[in-house]
Amino acid sequence: MANPSLALLQDLSSIENPKLIEWDWISDNFWEDIVPAIQGHIFLSFVSVALALAISLPTGVLVSRYRKAYPPVTFVTGLLYSIPSLALFGILISIPGITIGPTPVIIALVAYSLLILIRNTVAGLDAVPAETIDAARGMGLTERQILFRVELPLALPVIVAGIRIATVTIIGIATIGAYIAGGGLGKMIFDGINRSFPTMIITGAVLATVLAIVADLSLLGLERYLRPWARKRKT
Amino acid sequence: MSGILDVFKRPDFFELLRQHILLSAAALLIGIAIALPVALAIRNTSLGAALAVNIGNIGRAVPSLAILALCQPFLGFGFDTALVALTALAIPPILINASTGLREVRRDIIDAARGMGHSGSQVLTRIQLPIAAPVIFAGIRTSAVQVVASATLATFIGGGGLGELIVEGTQLNDTTILLAGSFSVAVLAIITEVGFGALEKAMTPKGLKIAQKRGR
Repeated sequence: MANPSLALLQDLSSIENPKLIEWDWISDNFWEDIVPAIQGHIFLSFVSVALALAISLPTGVLVSRYRKAYPPVTFVTGLLYSIPSLALFGILISIPGITIGPTPVIIALVAYSLLILIRNTVAGLDAVPAETIDAARGMGLTERQILFRVELPLALPVIVAGIRIATVTIIGIATIGAYIAGGGLGKMIFDGINRSFPTMIITGAVLATVLAIVADLSLLGLERYLRPWARKRKT
Repeated sequence: MSGILDVFKRPDFFELLRQHILLSAAALLIGIAIALPVALAIRNTSLGAALAVNIGNIGRAVPSLAILALCQPFLGFGFDTALVALTALAIPPILINASTGLREVRRDIIDAARGMGHSGSQVLTRIQLPIAAPVIFAGIRTSAVQVVASATLATFIGGGGLGELIVEGTQLNDTTILLAGSFSVAVLAIITEVGFGALEKAMTPKGLKIAQKRGR
């Protein structure tokens, strides 16, 4: 016997306990919402890592030459690194002239990468054996040539290791940037929480996690590829 | 600037600070209580150690907001959900450091201790743990700083904490409240970093410090 009030009751209970994953929503919104969110997230992370590298590489080279500047540089970048991201976003959007949007998010993401990238650049340059540099000098290479042809290529695996850590960190923090309208996958998480719609929360969170792990593993692959001497020799 | 101080005098500020510290401390302690015994249990198996380090590395790649958000649909809103998520965040750094720290104790030192008649548990408590202590405490420090920072996000899933001031400031477009929240969170994180750094130093055995000074 069909009982309309019972049917209504079931409907209500399904509203109260929505399914964890509604695959229909995912297929309906795949191209309009999900793909652009992934692209936005990659864009934010990529731009931030690129800008951070543009600052950190020259700074790292300079600091490895003028050793006295290294402790203050690590102090300042370390201080930036230890400020929780939501707090740094809050401080940035309080500055007059900076409004919510991708700009403060990118500034914060760059700030977070500096410590790791500068530290690894210096560590990589430090690990270049002195006799290698002497040999290069003996062959008549100028200081500039030594830097670009000997030191930086040898330091590259350590620098890439830094890029890897920075990228994974940045992909994670970029999700929080959605709170101040930075876009990306975090927006799906926040929208899902605000609408009490688990499908959106889970989709955003899982995709952000997958993105971070994929970036981590592929940069690890690059790091190993750049360190041919550490690979097993086939004999 | 005086406006910011007024926020600190608000009656709910102390409550939010208390929630933040309680949430972080509980997550860290439960994280230690889970990660340390696991690291101890697997210290003699290379498969277990490889597994722990790999799981830990993947765990570290998971964005903190993703962990907090993923717990919400299953556990609902509230302090307890945030506590579960933050505990999950606290475990990987401690597990990785404790596992590698214990395994990197040199074999000849352990052999020497054995030769002096130390039993298995004596080797652990007198040799392995003291030598691994700085590495283990470095893991706990990383974990603590991360938990204090991520506890700011607890507000999004109803877990309370100082993040609420940042959200309130953003929603009301009130720079004073926003800055008060941001500064207090930042100071708390830096205190945690410095405090646990000091603990790490204090927990380094005197003998190891001498060895470090001599450059080994």
